[in-house]
Amino acid sequence: MAEVDVTQDLPIPVERPRPVTSGPIAWLRANLFNSIPNTVLTLAALYLLAVAIPPVIRWAFFDAIWHADSGRACRGAGACWAFIGEKLRFILFGRFPYEEDWRPLLVVVIFVGLILASCDRKLWGRRLAVLWVAGLTLVGVLMSGGILGLTEVETSLWNGLPLTLVLAVVGVAFAFPLAILLALGRRSRLPAVRAICVGYIELVRGVPLITVLFMASVMLPLFLPSGMTIDKLLRAQLAFILFAAAYLAEIVRGGLQAIPRGQYEAADSLGLGYWQRTRLIVLPQALAMVIPPLVNNFIGAFKNTSLVLIIGLFDLLGTANAALTDASWRGFYLEAYVFIAVVYWTFCFFMSRYSQMLEREFSKGRR
Amino acid sequence: MTDSAAETRIGEPIIELRHVDKWFGDFHVLKDLNLEVKRGERVVVCGPSGSGKSTMIRCINRLEEHQRGQIIVAGIELTADVKNIEAIRREVGMVFQQFNLFPHLTVLENLTLAPIWVRKLPRKEAEDTARLYLERVRIPEQASKYPGQLSGGQQQRVAIARSLCMKPEIMLFDEPTSALDPEMIKEVLDVMIELAREGMTMVCVTHEMGFARTVADTMVFMDRGEIVERGPPTEFFANPKSDRTKLFLGQILSH
Repeated sequence: MAEVDVTQDLPIPVERPRPVTSGPIAWLRANLFNSIPNTVLTLAALYLLAVAIPPVIRWAFFDAIWHADSGRACRGAGACWAFIGEKLRFILFGRFPYEEDWRPLLVVVIFVGLILASCDRKLWGRRLAVLWVAGLTLVGVLMSGGILGLTEVETSLWNGLPLTLVLAVVGVAFAFPLAILLALGRRSRLPAVRAICVGYIELVRGVPLITVLFMASVMLPLFLPSGMTIDKLLRAQLAFILFAAAYLAEIVRGGLQAIPRGQYEAADSLGLGYWQRTRLIVLPQALAMVIPPLVNNFIGAFKNTSLVLIIGLFDLLGTANAALTDASWRGFYLEAYVFIAVVYWTFCFFMSRYSQMLEREFSKGRR
Repeated sequence: MTDSAAETRIGEPIIELRHVDKWFGDFHVLKDLNLEVKRGERVVVCGPSGSGKSTMIRCINRLEEHQRGQIIVAGIELTADVKNIEAIRREVGMVFQQFNLFPHLTVLENLTLAPIWVRKLPRKEAEDTARLYLERVRIPEQASKYPGQLSGGQQQRVAIARSLCMKPEIMLFDEPTSALDPEMIKEVLDVMIELAREGMTMVCVTHEMGFARTVADTMVFMDRGEIVERGPPTEFFANPKSDRTKLFLGQILSH
């Protein structure tokens, strides 16, 4: 810095007060040891971590057995990841015909690709919609076959991860628009529409998902004319859509109620009709406002798919359970459940990151 | 402006209220209102708060529903028929006290939305018109910003431009400067005065009496749901007939 001529009558720059603390030691002092109770809590937490973490790491990594020919050769102090290696194909794809493995694998890749494509703001709009329709059609073709020279595979053989993804993604893709209609209907001026929507939402919300699934799989066939059957997976999927829609509808309604009256009046005074107003003005704002609870619900719905186990569909949890019944690989529960927990967690974590990205995207320039 | 000039500018009636009554529950908010606004006429409505002036202006584009009497706008009678309501709203622009811009859209998108979706204009044409009107309200440089990034005065000017983009025959102003900081009132009034000079038919609820003197062809004074007095501004301000008008003018012009 140049020398300051003190004779000059310059205003003395007032330095902005800096935070007194900086650096890791100061941070620790300010956040973890700033009072006696906090110090005690910090030490207690450190002690618990020291007790709990090393054994887990030892079990999962140092003592783990990564390669083994059979369950008997795989028993030791640590985890038997050889079990996962042996059963990986079965846990992921279940009883899908072995030689057609590439099909469910491609389906998983398509789903992941669609989800990643949805993150790209540049693709939003008509192009993304086309991509989704094409992707889901391809998923349907790949899974069921019967055309394009693909062997037909009945839905009871759609197992594992593809089944979980189909139930969750198709479920949400249909439940979400339905939820929007229900939420709009609940706020309709027409008493009949309102009554139907309120009745539907309250009825479905008051019943556990397992009950809905049971009704769809056991009771529904009783009411159908004899000879007519609906595919079990389709029934479960429908039950899932109808169930998720009721919950999502209430979240959407929360967003709708937060839109100020002035927005409706401005749209009306410009001559926009009901659907134009709803699509262009109301929903974009209402949905942006409820992204956190919406994604929260999507995550819940994704994990709820594991309940289809109850009605005999083999989703990821179902195939893991089935893998455990192999006589030569008995008893590796912990490994199986840790593995599928990691798979579920990966998807859920991604969803929550995606939600944070959306929130940032929608709040640009609004503050 | 001389009377003869006003007469050539002002045309046939474009808004007619005949024996209009409205209730909010048991509260009789509009009482047997009769009002005629001619094409090109500038009407300024004033009155104490709660007098029904906002409600009246909101009835003209059916943001409020009247329960008795007739309202005819641009030759179309306002009934429960949605087609009529939407037809009238296309021809009547409205500016609100709270601006009511769409916060999730940029300024340009706010301006082009209705022309594209309601008037079915091609995007390019709608954007050209929008930029023209942004120029007229003197904020062309804000086109790609969001409303939340603008000052109150700028937002209200965007709101005026948004209405003008629909090329309305009539503009309604519902206390357009009441929510503004004092230093921003002038920039909005200047835009409104310019609009008046261009011959727009305007009905304006406001307490800005200086503005009223400058642009109004007709002053309307409302109190307790009734039109108490109406007349040209020179007469209205200099020589109010009713005691209620005198009291009101005394209150708002005293400082």
